[in-house]
Amino acid sequence: MNKRTLDQIEPDNSVKVLKVTGRKSSRKRILDMGLTPGTRVDVIRRAPLGDPVEFRLKGYNLSLRKREAETILVEFVGST
Amino acid sequence: MTEKITVALAGNPNVGKTSIFNAITGSKQHVGNWPGVTVERKMGKRVHNDVEMEIVDLPGTYSLTAYSLDEIIARDFIIEEKPHIVIQVIDATNLERNLYLTTQLMELGAKLVIALNMTDLALAKGDSIDISKMQEYLEVPVISTVGSRGGGIEGLLDAVTDELRKTRPTENIFTYDAGIEKRSGEIETILNSDPYFAHYPARWFSMKLLEGDESIIKKAVESDRYPEIREVLDKTDAYSLESRIADQRYRTIQTMLRQVCNINTNRLSGSDMVDRVVTNKYLGIPIFLSFMWAAFELTFSFATPFMNMIDVFFGWLAEAAANAISIPWLASLVGEGIIAGVGSVVIFLPNILLLFFMISLMEDSGYMARAAFIMDKVMSRTGLHGKSFIPLVMGFGCNVPAIMATRTIEDSRDRLVTILVAPFISCGARLPVYVLLAGTFFGRDAGLVIFGLYALGILVALLSARLMRSTVIRGEDTPFIMELPSYKLPTLKGSAIHMWERGKIYLKKAGSIILVGVVGVWLLASIPAPGSGGTFASGEIYGTTNSVIGFTGQLIEPLVAPLGFDWRIAVALVFGVVAKEIVVGSMGVLYGAGEDEESLSNILAAGAMTPLAGLGLMVFTLLYVPCFACIGVIKRETGSWKWTLFQLLYGTTLAWMLAFLVFQVGSRTGLLA
Ligand SMILES: Nc1nc2c(ncn2[C@@H]2O[C@H](COP(=O)(O)OP(=O)(O)OP(=O)(O)O)[C@@H](O)[C@H]2O)c(=O)[nH]1
Ligand SMILES: [Mg+2]
Repeated sequence: MNKRTLDQIEPDNSVKVLKVTGRKSSRKRILDMGLTPGTRVDVIRRAPLGDPVEFRLKGYNLSLRKREAETILVEFVGST
Repeated sequence: MTEKITVALAGNPNVGKTSIFNAITGSKQHVGNWPGVTVERKMGKRVHNDVEMEIVDLPGTYSLTAYSLDEIIARDFIIEEKPHIVIQVIDATNLERNLYLTTQLMELGAKLVIALNMTDLALAKGDSIDISKMQEYLEVPVISTVGSRGGGIEGLLDAVTDELRKTRPTENIFTYDAGIEKRSGEIETILNSDPYFAHYPARWFSMKLLEGDESIIKKAVESDRYPEIREVLDKTDAYSLESRIADQRYRTIQTMLRQVCNINTNRLSGSDMVDRVVTNKYLGIPIFLSFMWAAFELTFSFATPFMNMIDVFFGWLAEAAANAISIPWLASLVGEGIIAGVGSVVIFLPNILLLFFMISLMEDSGYMARAAFIMDKVMSRTGLHGKSFIPLVMGFGCNVPAIMATRTIEDSRDRLVTILVAPFISCGARLPVYVLLAGTFFGRDAGLVIFGLYALGILVALLSARLMRSTVIRGEDTPFIMELPSYKLPTLKGSAIHMWERGKIYLKKAGSIILVGVVGVWLLASIPAPGSGGTFASGEIYGTTNSVIGFTGQLIEPLVAPLGFDWRIAVALVFGVVAKEIVVGSMGVLYGAGEDEESLSNILAAGAMTPLAGLGLMVFTLLYVPCFACIGVIKRETGSWKWTLFQLLYGTTLAWMLAFLVFQVGSRTGLLA
């Protein structure tokens, strides 16, 4: 029951990436940006209007729209 | 004999490539704290240790698989032009992701020198990096630099010249699992036996094929050996391979990093604290709007005393010229033409300086990317892309670099829409028109009126995008993936330099294209119209309907008469297409500013124009045909005259309709009459 997609995770929680699905072009870009399986991702905050969402991984901050976050399968690690 | 070599500066976006380029070559290329500042390659020269280096600054890229035009430019330069040395600039505070590109540059077999930049920030953060160990591990020179202050540059150049003499070890330090290595080996054998592929290193090419890089596959399809390559590729599971390759690259990097550095992961940095406020759920949008409002308010109110000083100076100059020159036509040229025309443009220098000062604060601090983050939802509602935001904001300075900046947008339709609506963002060149007219007619409310015009420009841009997106340029939503850089305190020196550079450009423009423009207007205002019987530059015909300009101006006057404009404005608008400041310059010439040392503003206020026409003129100037430079860049970046023409017609029609509305509604209701 720990498997979810990244868009479902509330801010202030951490997850581990399991798999990136989705369209070819966005998938490769997401992988290139370092969201490879096993990577720990902290969910920082949603933008004031709800979308996009800011994440922290590999020591830097990244913004993804919910639509892209939906394509990333994650495992819950804990709250930060 | 000095040796001549090419040195490319490559790396992830926003790592300080341009800062290092500027430090090496002494140039002043645009630097800013957001990813995607540089969108074309820039060249500079430097001689070091008897080696003449052509230094090439490239746009940033996260990987050698390119998605957007700026990344394609960077990738193609590195793989096609094969610079002798590639300096990869690495952000020391973000090693893991930066080294991902390193793995690919190494596979490419480029002669690599690493500039470990932003070491000041890494140090402040409490990270320690063992540079000699890193060097040993990567087998390439690693030099610590601080690009923004020019630190470590000499050492970096020494490393470049040293590296020239060395031959690079050919074996690969980055290896993958046995399955990938096996397929890569098979492909490499095919590639090595076909001269068609000789231009590219086999290892890199085969890895790109396995990764499924579309542009590389396209290249391979052209070869006779492609069926054999396809056969190998078909034996693999392309979908999982993509992820496996990225994963293994990152794993190799992690293994290395564990040995060479100690990263402080104490999470709450200064940037995070700032972000808690400025991207806060409730405060984020109000802060964004107040920042924008304050910026425009300041550009107007702060500048007034300086404008008065310039005004006094030109008044004095006009008087001195009138006393010194006895030939009437020459006195008219100098007084009514050059001094009135150029003077009425130069007076806005303080506004321009302040505008660019505010923009540079936004650019250097890192707030730009946050603003894009906050506003993305709004952008996506209008059918624009999140990445369209930054180009549009740059447009407040000048629309030309703004249109260039759309190169960072991956999808070509997203990009096209952004280019077409970018000219509606009110640029610095239009500011003089507003400051003049709003200042003349709206007194204390001038700041508000100007803000309203900016807001109108934004509104028109967004609504037009929505309209185009649902009619002529349809297409689905494309991904928006953006790095949010950490904040950096803008330095006063940096902002001052930026401001001064823009001020210089403005003055140069006033001394060249605007000067030519206003002298042209003066000339046409001085030549008697056929059949009028007047003499050149004489008082009776100058600037009246008996001059060539007045005569032809009257012919086009009916076109703009419903907007409340007279022929002088019609003429000013036509000349304004050359550069928008000329609208003001021509008005200065035609309304006879400089004569009697009276300022253009006073002449207009005294009844030469109604406030309503003034407001309409501001709206019209905002939206009609952009300037020549802008038209040129729209054509170049869209690659199509059809779209360029579309932009001009669309904008001008809109300008006419809105100015018409202002004038007609205003005069009927008696507002501002
Ligand atoms: N503290 C610090 N800041 C730096 C250093 N080098 C560059 N910067 C700042 O980092 C930001 C990015 O610098 P740029 O030179 O524009 O980076 P770039 O790699 O050319 O960026 P793109 O053209 O967008 O790819 C700017 O705000 C610089 O002032 C450094 O060594 N230390
Ligand atoms: Mg740059």
